[in-house]
Amino acid sequence: MSTRFSPTLRDSLSVSITVGAYGVAFGAAAVANGFSVLQACLLSLLTFSGASQFAVVGVIGAGGSSMSAIATASLLGTRNALYGVIMAPRLKVRGFKRIVAAQVTIDESTGVALGQEPRGIDAVKKGFWYTGFGVFIFWNLFTLAGALGAQAMGDVRSFGLDSAVPAAFLGLVWPRLTTRSERLLAIACAVFAVAVTPILPAGLPIIATAFIAIAVGLRR
Amino acid sequence: MTTFWIATLGTSAIAFALKYSGHSVPERWLSHPKIQRINALIPIALLSALVSVQSFTDKTALVIDQRIVGLAVAITALLLKAPFPIVVISAAVSSALVYNWF
Repeated sequence: MSTRFSPTLRDSLSVSITVGAYGVAFGAAAVANGFSVLQACLLSLLTFSGASQFAVVGVIGAGGSSMSAIATASLLGTRNALYGVIMAPRLKVRGFKRIVAAQVTIDESTGVALGQEPRGIDAVKKGFWYTGFGVFIFWNLFTLAGALGAQAMGDVRSFGLDSAVPAAFLGLVWPRLTTRSERLLAIACAVFAVAVTPILPAGLPIIATAFIAIAVGLRR
Repeated sequence: MTTFWIATLGTSAIAFALKYSGHSVPERWLSHPKIQRINALIPIALLSALVSVQSFTDKTALVIDQRIVGLAVAITALLLKAPFPIVVISAAVSSALVYNWF
């Protein structure tokens, strides 16, 4: 990279800014569901995994216990462990660098890194670090903006935030629905969770659907 | 500690433990095809459940309110291949219009 951006840096930056901007939706959703601005920012700094963060505020917002919120978010975070398995032999880092690498191991850093494979292992590593740090910076800045914005609103329903949160979940799941059986699973889980809401303690209807996913995964 | 603090810090601790464990365990432990498949299906199940619970319930009651309009608009936006911010904003605006109107 001299005067122009390398293709890897360009890929990383465009993903970082676009994904980071979703942080506004997260910050707003967190505050709308009763979290403080500080807690919203800590979730983005420390948890740093969009779907898990939305799940925590979603489950608590639906009246669930902290345990069911943590369990749901953690099940969503298991895929980051698998990304770690994929990235570790490519990054080959130890000690403090491995801790940093683990923290920025998310969908986007892994995705951009693997997308660089035709450009060689050096580009893979750069793609991972640029995107990991880039998303981290923008995600946290935008979380703060969204949290402060929602705090200034008062009644979040009159700004439609109560619909922004499920729309954000829908936007997260939509690209994953590529096959007919995935779409059927999505509809089945959506219907199941609502159907058992009046009878199960809050939070459990959501996490119970993980067992449907496990059953489907084991059968095929 | 409040529910909010326990949820915030507990989620963060486990999230990091999961990420770090992936970087530290032998690859063969987690590379079984069934584990990979379940791993792809779990987010679909949980996120879909979150969409419906956040759209149609209030505590333990089933509710139809302005949020169904927001959800319908979000689905329409996604079918039209709108980018994520447009999906979220159009859902929020339509829901807010219905809420403030009635």
